[in-house]
Amino acid sequence: MNSIVAIIIDGLVYSSWLFIVAVGLTLIYGVMKILNIAHGSFYAIGAYTAASLTGSWLALGYDQSTAFLIMLFSAVLVGFTLGPIIERGILKYMYQRDEIVLVLVTYALFLMLEDIIKLIWGVNPYFLYQPYGLLGSFEIVELTYPNYNLLLIGCAITIGCFLTWFLQKTRHGKILLAVIHDREIASTQGINVDRVYFLTFTLGTVLAALGGVLTAPMISVQPGIGAETIVMAFAVVVVGGLGSLPGAALAAILIGLVRSGAVHLFPDLDLFSIYLVMATVLIFKPKGLFSAQEERQI
Amino acid sequence: MKSFKIKIALVTIILCCFSKAFADDDAIKIGFISYLSGPASSDYGLPAKHAAEAIIKSINAGNAPTPYSMKGFSGTQIELIFLDEAGGSTKQVTEFTQLVMRHKVDFVIGYLSSTNCLAVAPVAEKLKILTILLDCGTARIFEENDFKYVFRTRSHSTMDVIAAAKYFLTDHPEIKNFSGINPNYAYGRESWRDWNAVMSILAPQAEKQSSQMPKLHAGLYGSEISSLARKKSDVIYSSLWGGDLKAFLMQASPRELFKETKLILVAGEPNLQNLAGFIPDGTIVTSRGMTSGMMENDSKLNRWLIEIFQEKSGGLATYPVYSTANAILGLKKAYEKARLTKLQKAVPMADVAGVQDGMKQAYLPPNTKQIIAAFEGLDFETPNGRVEMALGKGHQAIHGTSYGTTRTKDGKVYTENVKFFPAKEVQPPKNIKSLDWILNGFQLTK
Repeated sequence: MNSIVAIIIDGLVYSSWLFIVAVGLTLIYGVMKILNIAHGSFYAIGAYTAASLTGSWLALGYDQSTAFLIMLFSAVLVGFTLGPIIERGILKYMYQRDEIVLVLVTYALFLMLEDIIKLIWGVNPYFLYQPYGLLGSFEIVELTYPNYNLLLIGCAITIGCFLTWFLQKTRHGKILLAVIHDREIASTQGINVDRVYFLTFTLGTVLAALGGVLTAPMISVQPGIGAETIVMAFAVVVVGGLGSLPGAALAAILIGLVRSGAVHLFPDLDLFSIYLVMATVLIFKPKGLFSAQEERQI
Repeated sequence: MKSFKIKIALVTIILCCFSKAFADDDAIKIGFISYLSGPASSDYGLPAKHAAEAIIKSINAGNAPTPYSMKGFSGTQIELIFLDEAGGSTKQVTEFTQLVMRHKVDFVIGYLSSTNCLAVAPVAEKLKILTILLDCGTARIFEENDFKYVFRTRSHSTMDVIAAAKYFLTDHPEIKNFSGINPNYAYGRESWRDWNAVMSILAPQAEKQSSQMPKLHAGLYGSEISSLARKKSDVIYSSLWGGDLKAFLMQASPRELFKETKLILVAGEPNLQNLAGFIPDGTIVTSRGMTSGMMENDSKLNRWLIEIFQEKSGGLATYPVYSTANAILGLKKAYEKARLTKLQKAVPMADVAGVQDGMKQAYLPPNTKQIIAAFEGLDFETPNGRVEMALGKGHQAIHGTSYGTTRTKDGKVYTENVKFFPAKEVQPPKNIKSLDWILNGFQLTK
């Protein structure tokens, strides 16, 4: 019994992290049909910015509880700076090109941003460990968990609910859905598609940065963290169905629980477990769990 | 008698002329490969690169202490070409080939990852390029292969494992159980396998509990920590390193994983000062040699290395810095030994008629085969203590190591109860594989 509870808690924490790092990627793909490899760099820059700003803030002697506000500010700062610059400065000129070209463009961006990270922050690791222990901890089935894990779960649920509400209930969300459904028809209806792209990419970048910001207190922030994360984010997006928000949520939960189960019960299968989920899902649903029906033009 | 004196005078004049003429050889090119990007760069790759730059600069200027005080390699200047080890073993094989074919390097020094070492070594053999492996914990390189062009100037990971067990069992002979968390690739798997083997011999009563193998650079270890915490083992053995080790400790410490459980880190040394605040007091760590900070090592060579590295990078000389010193100094020693051997063979040939050709040949740089012959079984001093190329038919180094227990004070991590293990106590003799030696109860045969 204890084992099952531990598997569920660990699985949910990992799922929450997976969902947070993948949701921006799936949103951008859903609206813009761009498989944004630079997402990994936005995640890393978010982590670095949070580590630098929050670290400096705490070094000045401010109340530790304000660290979370600075972390949130870091995500917004990165998203609202990088998102518009990259979308307006580069991607805007590429929309008419093939999807593969856009993947290559974001891959080039990823490589450049990885080097820019090293130019700005160097190669030495940054630590932002304070927030992880700041919220205290709770004990369950003889195991101690930091409350920070609950914050992660809470953030994942909040982001998921907010995006669902935004897409389903607001005017702007419905505009976004119209663009997802058919860009050309949406355009003929008077929707400013360029503006929608701009806002979507910026929001996606904020979410990627938020993933990095929330991960920073648990890891050593150092070169290469973006590359590791983008692989996991892709796995979630592919299993869930490219561009599907509920798909990403379900895939994150599925992968998180299977991985947690493997670690507890069959540790040797840990490495294989994520790809086992991916392979199994893709055998039965080649386009992912929640893939949209595609129209064929005749 | 008069004729003999004339001959000697002629030989001396010719020697002087040739030594000047051949002292201006083209620079020796060394390809140096370490992690310049990615998670292994900050603690391992870049300190290694900075160390290589500092050491070569000092050697080229003739500022290294004896016995390495001759400028360059026998007077010839050294030039380094750097490449990034990140990107996987397929990329490394391609780039190694390019390094040899395009950049025409004379020697290659590099590789920290066991996977990369295993991939590159056969290519070095095929291209006949003398290659010195910087680190790579795996013992398989020379235990499963018979390489002629490949050397490793660091001991393999068996030393770390055996010394760790001996150190731990001195104070905890009654150990009941143990768990492990090790990275899921060649080095981590081998390290864990050796630990299990050593425990089966030295503490057969100890039961293996949890065996965690997260992927390299996993980042999050929540499930692994829960699994380890539920077992409440007497000790957790780990060969995690770099960012993985830091992330694991950052996540494990608030979860009180080490409240009742001891921790052994066999690759923690380069991180030690970065881990202040996370590493629990009482953690058992190794220096993997006689690196500064743990062992009292006031040799001239060690002081030189610490000084030039500090000047270059401003940082502390850690394990990869010493690995780099071992490789470069080993190669220098072998090169100069090979050249000296050539000269010694040439000098008795004082026949005036053939002396010019003879000396010309003698002053040509030694070729790869001559350097290999000089390198095999070489015994040389390093800032890391004495290194003997004793295993793998003279291609694999052995050296002593030390273990200590950590204590954090005023934000700095110190080690106490340090114990030194001589090389031959913790490494197998010739002609037996590490695992067989361990399972044979540290004897050649049962």
